[in-house]
Amino acid sequence: MGAFDFGVIERSLGYLFKEGMTFTLTLTGLAAAGGIIFGTLLAMMRLSSHKWLSLPATAYVNLMRSIPLLLVIFWFYFLVPYIGAWIVGATRPIQVGAFASSVITFMMFEAAYYSEIMRAGIQSIPRGQVWAGYAIGLDYWQTMAKVVLPQAFRNMIPILLTQTIILFQDTSLVYVLSITDFLGAASKIAQRDGRLVEMYLFAALVYFLISFALSYVVKLLQQKIAIIR
Amino acid sequence: MNYNWNWKIFFEVSADGRHTWLTTLFMGLGWTLITALCAGIIAFLLGSALGVMRTTPSKWAVRLGNAYVEFFRNIPLLVQLFLWFFVLPELLPKGMGNSIKQMTPPWASFVPAVLGLGLFTAARVSEQVRAGIQALSRGQGQAGTALGLTLPQRYRYVLLPMAYRIIMPPLTSETMNLIKNTSVALTIGLVELTAAARSMQEFTFQVFEAFTAATAIYIVVNLIVVNLMRWLEKSIAVPGFIGPSVAGGGH
Repeated sequence: MGAFDFGVIERSLGYLFKEGMTFTLTLTGLAAAGGIIFGTLLAMMRLSSHKWLSLPATAYVNLMRSIPLLLVIFWFYFLVPYIGAWIVGATRPIQVGAFASSVITFMMFEAAYYSEIMRAGIQSIPRGQVWAGYAIGLDYWQTMAKVVLPQAFRNMIPILLTQTIILFQDTSLVYVLSITDFLGAASKIAQRDGRLVEMYLFAALVYFLISFALSYVVKLLQQKIAIIR
Repeated sequence: MNYNWNWKIFFEVSADGRHTWLTTLFMGLGWTLITALCAGIIAFLLGSALGVMRTTPSKWAVRLGNAYVEFFRNIPLLVQLFLWFFVLPELLPKGMGNSIKQMTPPWASFVPAVLGLGLFTAARVSEQVRAGIQALSRGQGQAGTALGLTLPQRYRYVLLPMAYRIIMPPLTSETMNLIKNTSVALTIGLVELTAAARSMQEFTFQVFEAFTAATAIYIVVNLIVVNLMRWLEKSIAVPGFIGPSVAGGGH
């Protein structure tokens, strides 16, 4: 066992949190927001009676759920520049920053998982409520926005949050694109100073504390919601 | 879009100079499956033990089991693999640490990958096993007691046989998760399927052919595993029982 120098953590705290953790949290927040919105739309498509809406949504969700996140990260990293070029009509693949690329990747990937949660949430609302909505003259979008979705969200909040904690942990995988997220920052310091043990133990501790605290909050919330019902 | 498609690339000789790229991808698949299988055995055995512990009347066993699950669920898998790969050899006594570091290439990343994935997945399996046991009605355990069975016998002959049947669907998705999660081991140098596709992309610049092939292989593996598990579930089903499925999230 060599001599450990845990001072390296203290010296790099600014870099680790101001650069690394800020990136991780921004990515988590944007991907969760985008993923829930897009996932809700996917869930509504899957529950649609129109085959041409439900089939593509089902295929998309199943595809995303059967391949590893890392492969999805690589796919989008190379695909997004081409899609971007196609959208703006450029002849060459456009430059997309690592940040934009990872936000799009996580949004699209998590949407598949959030959509499964939202689908369960929508299905937990009794059908009679939809009919009641139509009976008082609301159209599909009004029924969804004013009757079904608010309740579906409310019922699913604990599971949505749990999925977001998983997302928070999964964002560490952007490491493979050499991005400076929290783990990326820790790993860069670790390699620069030859302090792998100290930095990786510290990274594990920080991820643990944040995820543990959040899942404790989810547990409390679950109990609160259970009492209201 | 000006991308040069070249599907013949799969039959060209790969970077190792001996195999074609197609063979390289399938060798990657081999490592994916063998890693998943070894980690799966650890996860199943340890996860079952932990799941049982967490349903026993012993407070300490429950606490220990809960602590294990909290620890392994709240640290990202990637960080856990780094702990096994980079940190563990440094914390062990010098002789042991050095012998770990001197392992030859595939094993140097294979062993930590199997350990890391196995212990990580065990936490998730234990959640399912616990849920499966708790889904059984209390009367089953009590009937076991009334028949004069000891606690281990109650688990062995009454609770576990039904619990495993109930949790077949979530165990199926855990199996899929495990196979997908082996890709994380590419960060510690294991050349499994995703890493093989990535190296093909780096050497040939045929990005989309490489990733399309890997995606197709994952989908086929997915279908095979799901159907195998469904067949297993059917062949061990007890007539008259329809197990309530336990929700499994995450990836």
